[in-house]
Amino acid sequence: MISARGLSVRLGEREVLTGVDLEVPRGSWVAVIGPNGAGKSTLLKALMGLVAHRGEVAFGSRPAGALKPRERARLVAYAPQTPALPRDMTVFDYALLGRTPYIPYLGRESRRDREVTESVLDRLDLTALAGRRVGELSGGERQRVVLARALAQEAPVLLLDEPTTALDLGHQQQVLELVDRLRRTDGLTVLTTLHDLTVAGLYADALLLLTEGRAAASGEPDRVLTEELVGRHFDAHVKIEPGPDGRPVVHLVRGRP
Amino acid sequence: MVTQAGPSRARPLWVVCALGVLAVCMIAGLLDGAADISPWQVVLQIADWLPFTEVDSGLAPVEQGLLFELRLPRVLVAAVVGGLLAMAGAGYQGVFRNPLADPYLLGAAAGAGLAATAAIVLLPPMAVGVPVAAFVGAVGGVFLAYTLGNTAGRDGGTATLVLAGVAVTSFLTAIQTFVQQFKVEELQRIYSWILGDVGGGWDQFWLVLPYAAVSSVLLLLHGRLLDVLSVGDEEATSLGLRASRVRFLVLLAASLATAAAVAVSGLIGFVGIVVPHVVRRIAGGSYRIVLPLSMLGGAAFLVLADLVARTVIAPAELPIGVVTMFVGAPFFVLVLRMTRRAAL
Repeated sequence: MISARGLSVRLGEREVLTGVDLEVPRGSWVAVIGPNGAGKSTLLKALMGLVAHRGEVAFGSRPAGALKPRERARLVAYAPQTPALPRDMTVFDYALLGRTPYIPYLGRESRRDREVTESVLDRLDLTALAGRRVGELSGGERQRVVLARALAQEAPVLLLDEPTTALDLGHQQQVLELVDRLRRTDGLTVLTTLHDLTVAGLYADALLLLTEGRAAASGEPDRVLTEELVGRHFDAHVKIEPGPDGRPVVHLVRGRP
Repeated sequence: MVTQAGPSRARPLWVVCALGVLAVCMIAGLLDGAADISPWQVVLQIADWLPFTEVDSGLAPVEQGLLFELRLPRVLVAAVVGGLLAMAGAGYQGVFRNPLADPYLLGAAAGAGLAATAAIVLLPPMAVGVPVAAFVGAVGGVFLAYTLGNTAGRDGGTATLVLAGVAVTSFLTAIQTFVQQFKVEELQRIYSWILGDVGGGWDQFWLVLPYAAVSSVLLLLHGRLLDVLSVGDEEATSLGLRASRVRFLVLLAASLATAAAVAVSGLIGFVGIVVPHVVRRIAGGSYRIVLPLSMLGGAAFLVLADLVARTVIAPAELPIGVVTMFVGAPFFVLVLRMTRRAAL
């Protein structure tokens, strides 16, 4: 559903991304992992066409370059790592922004746009907050509201940049379970960056390990999350064991040599 | 499933309330003056002026003439100019995502000030010269700030644009002072223009009306798109919006509104900050409600400011710009404090 070939991004003098290949099959969840500054967020932005890049990107059978902005927005929804939240806007109005690609330029939203927004808020248990201002929400509620906006786009592809940053354990689980459920029920294709390796291995079907803008490894979680690969690319001393469900669990080892 | 989300249903109610406030302010504006006329007579007289109605207000022809030729155009000009400035302020704030953006800050006022001063000093005295020059100057000032901001900041960031506006303002004000010193005998005229005036009669009203209509419609139509823009350029782009196009059109409309207001009435500051800010506090941050309410609230605010300007040292008059600055400058500091606290 998402495919990229030889994706490269240069920001100023620095090559942030170099020749990255990516394949995300329809209905699957791929997580991008890697140390700080590896180019994870830039990869998502390049896929969205938000930064100048070389290489090819396609969504389904359609090359990204041939898509008009509105067409792209109906196909791919994107939530950045630190979304700009207009503090005085209500939750409903904010979620309604997700309907932008369906509303004519100077037109106003249709009844259906409002219905879709309402049902998305309902699914995310946000109906009670619909009239609240976004600035008054807690961190967990904000994350859900941003997700609501992305889901209101009704796009088959979801790009989420660190959807669980700044969330406590319970809220992390809540958001990730939600994305997982939506993926299963609606057949969404999900690409996220995730800094927590165990979490990434737990939810994603496949991982892409980026270091210094290059793809260092990719594949199923237990093939990417190995002590050797993680130790080398994160410069960390870790122990990795299979968890209760067989997925890899990453432990830090104290007293590194 | 909810039937209807609360915040949107409340919108017409706010507009009705604002219309009511505006009507009360305008009647109060019509009342004040040397002749003794009651509010009820004013209402009846307005009804009489409307087409297809004939009501006897009990006013003498002299009083009717006073109301129609002096007070009514004055109140209407104040309302239109106030509405334009407040809406332009809201538009600039939306485009720059900065609650402190104001026609005053962005080079429009300084550009108009320079051009009007130059017209007073250099051109032979004629009625049309100053407004036209002010119009050109306002558009030129914003254009300068916008271009400078775009070239200085590679990312076209918000702060860069506002800083560019400050730089342009300082520079143009310096030139304006330089020019005005050439004709010290015109200082009185220059200053009374710079400090604002809405007492120009029907001519002033008809001069501003077409530009007011075009810019208001354009701005009001962009409310929803300014909401989309408020999530930032990247996210707005990801939602399928061409952010630069929205920004350009809103800047154009807001600058047209500013230029029209400044051209007929001189420099009236801070309306563009005070009114949208109060509106946001009361009715929420969506530009779909901020823009229309700013228009109505700005109109009411300036009608009141004019009323104060006429009465506080009667029979003499204060320039209206002094009144708005007196209220606006402390308010600016307040907004600045609140903005900074929110950013922490």
